[in-house]
Amino acid sequence: MKFSGAEIIIKLLERQGVKTIAGIPGGANLPMYDALSQSDAIKHVLTRHEQGAGFIAQGMARVTGKPAVFFATSGPGATNTLTAIADAKLDSIPIICITGQVPQSMIGTDAFQEVDTYGLTVPITKHNYLVRSVEELLEVIPNAFRIAISGRPGPVVVDVPKDVQMAMLEIDEWPEPGKRGAGSELISVEIERAATMINNAEKPIFYFGGGITQSGSAVDALAAAEKGSIPSTLTLMGLGVIPNDHPLNLGMLGMHAARYTNMALEECDLLIAVGVRFDDRATGKVPEFCPNAKIVHIDIDPSELDKIKTSTASVTGDVSDILKALLPMIEQNDRSQWLSRVDTLKQENPMLIPGADDPATPYGVILKVAELAGEDAIVATDVGQHQMRTAQAYPFKHPRQWLTSGGLGTMGFGLPAAIGAAFAAPDRTVICFTGDGSIMMNIQELATAMEHDVNVKIILTNNNALGLVRQQQDLFYGKRYFASDYTRRVDFTRIAQGFGITTYDFSRTDDPAAMLAKAIAAPGPALIHVPISADEPVYPMVPPGAANIEMIGGESND
Amino acid sequence: MTKQTVLELTVKNHPGVMSHVCGLFSRRAYNVEGIACMPVNGGGTSKIWLLLNVEKRLDQMVKQADKLEDVTGVERHDGGHEVFDKMAEFVR
Repeated sequence: MKFSGAEIIIKLLERQGVKTIAGIPGGANLPMYDALSQSDAIKHVLTRHEQGAGFIAQGMARVTGKPAVFFATSGPGATNTLTAIADAKLDSIPIICITGQVPQSMIGTDAFQEVDTYGLTVPITKHNYLVRSVEELLEVIPNAFRIAISGRPGPVVVDVPKDVQMAMLEIDEWPEPGKRGAGSELISVEIERAATMINNAEKPIFYFGGGITQSGSAVDALAAAEKGSIPSTLTLMGLGVIPNDHPLNLGMLGMHAARYTNMALEECDLLIAVGVRFDDRATGKVPEFCPNAKIVHIDIDPSELDKIKTSTASVTGDVSDILKALLPMIEQNDRSQWLSRVDTLKQENPMLIPGADDPATPYGVILKVAELAGEDAIVATDVGQHQMRTAQAYPFKHPRQWLTSGGLGTMGFGLPAAIGAAFAAPDRTVICFTGDGSIMMNIQELATAMEHDVNVKIILTNNNALGLVRQQQDLFYGKRYFASDYTRRVDFTRIAQGFGITTYDFSRTDDPAAMLAKAIAAPGPALIHVPISADEPVYPMVPPGAANIEMIGGESND
Repeated sequence: MTKQTVLELTVKNHPGVMSHVCGLFSRRAYNVEGIACMPVNGGGTSKIWLLLNVEKRLDQMVKQADKLEDVTGVERHDGGHEVFDKMAEFVR
């Protein structure tokens, strides 16, 4: 039977099990849209901006761990996707962006809506393709999926000129869907050496990151920590890997860690880094990070080993396989002296949550939402103070419960990622913590939320400022607030109402807890407006470039 | 004189490969002193030789190059490679 390139793409996506594609049509990808319109298996989500489509795909991929696909046309369609793709690269999220391109005969002529999508996406993808014939699609599409999920996951761009979409090809047999490739063999000597170092350590700490989530090995990570009684700190990407209330959980490390967490890291004699990349927000000044510790680094990506900090021993491979191999070699040990020392640090320097009991405060609203939404809720954030507060205070229980832009720190991530999460898990409540700065960067997707009636509750803490910028100006720029306060206010509840979203406003109630309960219990999208002061910094804070032990604020007064 | 080395990459031969390989170095501000590229046999694969100054980051660059989907092999020649000896004759 004969198929057009566009029909082949859709057929191959169906065979990959794709159920939802977000995107926007335009001149150069209309053949793909025409073919998509004939698909019963795939639902299309028309977004209001291609960046929104990219983050919806990310939301789906982050919740399921499976690659998610989005569409954009050539030129501005493609350039609008770039931030969402770069974001996926830094957080290792498997998304596949399929763009239309001008016909090959017009490439390089500055044709209408022509841009070098291939060239633009080289540095922000795991791999990218410019498809040059209809035959190539049979290889490229399965390969895109294989690449996106094999090894360390990441984004793939497939740029398809319009003539390739329209070219016809006789097909008798479809290629196998792209699957995760087998990882490299583990080297047992590496694992034995790591085990010996762990068993010999008196004051070890596990440093768990997004790699644990990616490899589905949270259970193995917890088992290893419990067997050796090893306190465990989590990166921003690793929150949820160890349940928040577990006695060995030290919480997040780094710039906005609890004081005791960074202090414990200062004292540890072995840091066992698993599925992490020593990001500067986590390590602070690298030479002074864990100054007394040997380092075991375990990661699937060999280029991460010794990139930032030279490790004493390293193990390359899928951290799930490695942790499983490591577990029987880790000796049962109660490490009572070390645990009691960590406990003393924790008692003397706890994480302080100001306003925890008042749901109308920046931290209090997070805790109240957590209580009302329950353990099964998915939590997305934007970027800024609200994000750090959520990372510090939200009681995460499971991996893939927490969606945040870690590496790129993209304001505008939250709302579309939450919408994507709602598509991937329609039966769960999705919370989106955002701020007045961030939500403006993809606010148009309120229309998408309304149209699809997704169960997304937007908690908008509004300080009419770019809070984290303002906080840096407060602490490090002599309180010279510039370009961080908005001079006038916008009315977010009216904006949301204009988009057809139900709104709740804390400034119009005496009982914010009851209002919150009502908002979260009602089905469908809602925006909850929480006015807050701009003068409430996120503490503790390590100054950028300083060592983690040089924390500002968050001291206990007891 | 700065110590130099040659990386010999075996790559899939298509128009984007050079851009992937060169981008890896340029975006890390790692200077490529010399470059040569030729298709092998039928032209399905190519060889790229890169003449590089030995810097502390070189090991990282080798690992990054090895990660590229289109790169199927990386060899390091610390003693240099005759392809550049011959090319040097053209710039005398």
